[in-house]
Amino acid sequence: MNTKLLGALAAAALLTACASEDTSGAATGAGATGGTGMMGAGSVRPGSQEDLVANVGDRVFFALDSSSVGGDQRPTLERQAAWLAQYPQVQATVEGHADERGTREYNLALGQRRANAARDVLVASGVSSARLSTISYGKDRPAALGSSEDAWAQNRRAVTVVR
Amino acid sequence: MNQPNLLLSRRVALLGGAGLLGASSLARAQAPAAGASGQVIDINRARTDPIPIALPDFAGGSPQAQQLGRNITQVITNNLRNSGLFRPVERAAYIQTPEAAAGAPRFQDWRVIGAQALVTGRAEPQGDRARIEFRLWEVNSEQQLQGTAYTAAANNWRQIAHVISDVIYERMLGEKGYFDTRIVYIAETGPRDRRVRRLAIMDQDGENNRFLTDGSFQALTPRFHPNARQIAFMSYNNNQPRVYLFDLNSGRQEVLGNFQGMTLSPRFSPDGRSVVLSSARGGDANIYVVDLASRRERQLTSGGGLDVSPCYSPDGSQIVFNSDRGGDQQIYVMDANGGGVRRISFGNGRYATPVWSPRGDLIAFTRMGGGRFGIGVMRPDGSGERILSEGWSMEGPSFAPNGRVLTFYRESQARDSRGSGYSARLSMIDIAGFNERQLLTPTDATDPNWSPLLSS
Repeated sequence: MNTKLLGALAAAALLTACASEDTSGAATGAGATGGTGMMGAGSVRPGSQEDLVANVGDRVFFALDSSSVGGDQRPTLERQAAWLAQYPQVQATVEGHADERGTREYNLALGQRRANAARDVLVASGVSSARLSTISYGKDRPAALGSSEDAWAQNRRAVTVVR
Repeated sequence: MNQPNLLLSRRVALLGGAGLLGASSLARAQAPAAGASGQVIDINRARTDPIPIALPDFAGGSPQAQQLGRNITQVITNNLRNSGLFRPVERAAYIQTPEAAAGAPRFQDWRVIGAQALVTGRAEPQGDRARIEFRLWEVNSEQQLQGTAYTAAANNWRQIAHVISDVIYERMLGEKGYFDTRIVYIAETGPRDRRVRRLAIMDQDGENNRFLTDGSFQALTPRFHPNARQIAFMSYNNNQPRVYLFDLNSGRQEVLGNFQGMTLSPRFSPDGRSVVLSSARGGDANIYVVDLASRRERQLTSGGGLDVSPCYSPDGSQIVFNSDRGGDQQIYVMDANGGGVRRISFGNGRYATPVWSPRGDLIAFTRMGGGRFGIGVMRPDGSGERILSEGWSMEGPSFAPNGRVLTFYRESQARDSRGSGYSARLSMIDIAGFNERQLLTPTDATDPNWSPLLSS
């Protein structure tokens, strides 16, 4: 992993913190995507997942048992919509997730409802629904591996992933 | 990938010295007539003293036969001990030799060491086949309760041992056993954010474990068909979470149908002709039933909210399911056509993963509240709720075919932000709430589902 990329991630953490979001999960953006399209040169390719993570924020967070997008999370999705308008060739999947403090089957449905809620905000913000798909991983693909309130808050999320 | 041949080729009744039972009653062990053994136990009683039983090694005429006899006796002994309802008598206390006991039990020798029941037997390898005979004796009355000889492929000796265990269980307790069964589950490996989840299957005692899928896609929530040869499960094949069917004989899998949206939480109907499942479309998830012949779906719920985890009553007339339509997760029952929905869970906390007992008398569930998870049972009208086990995290109960034992999975709390200390393990517990024990698996394990009896 080269240092310039790490620098970009650290910058992303600062950015989102400045935007006064729930900071608990903001710095872990690259984790869910498996690093598609990482550039050896260390520059972030415009329209890539890294670009989305570094300059926009790829995820929104949900309150316990809730699947409605809170007012503090909406700006992230609106920025995503603007970013998607900038790169009309990009298609994305919205992944819905839940924390570990629920049962597997219910959390699969809950994750789907969260993905749909985030998708609906993107569509309301002007993104064509044809460019977006959704999938739920329930509690089965956590971003934070701990068993703490902080970890659960990071895991109740919808992540926009460039396809 | 072939399923072992489940059928024992031959069963022969053995008339014992006492000649208590005629051949007709041996072909299939049946509940003993009241008082026949004096050991009919009320299965709903909270705790019973386990029955002391002596199990000398099955005798054999050669070292090979003796080894086979020892192996079979070991499997039977483990089964009966693990049930919590039998107490194998300490072998060091045995007075009569196994060989002599297999000839003619000297009942006084077994009575003085406290054995209430005695199992004797003989193993005879015959080429690639084996003949196994066993007799079950009631020590006090000096009567033979059962005597049967089985001939089967020699490599099926484990199954013979399970069948014999089931016969002993049934003769002594008046309830069918559950030892000749398997458990299908999800084998989990790797860190939790990149978990590999494979379908796996094993005998109920943890032996003969094998993996059914290769981990190239995530598999979840497997459930047996009533014929035990097919499994419905949820697969992320092609990144499309859908209900799939897996055929145990051929190893083939196929998507149940190309239905809109994610399909999850499948269960077969008791007649095996359809699958009831949840389908997430729009903002809601609703219960659908899919006919296996036509693959047509029929929507059963539309109550708003997330309806998941449907499970039929054993007579097929009702469906229990999990829904948050009332604000949080609770358990509801409806008629099989979707009518007459009523909530049945009213205790403290959220309720989930309801499953109907094969006996029809109970519904098992997961309860979450106060930062803890528990496994419990209640009657189908919601009365008589009992929590059997509680801890940091546990869920997903599944009944043994006799309705007496549940399997479920427990997860442990991660100690740090790297997830150290997390584990997922299978458990079993008696529905009376005692004798919880861990079922050993080669990897972390979740989502256990218990098969019907294989060769009944």
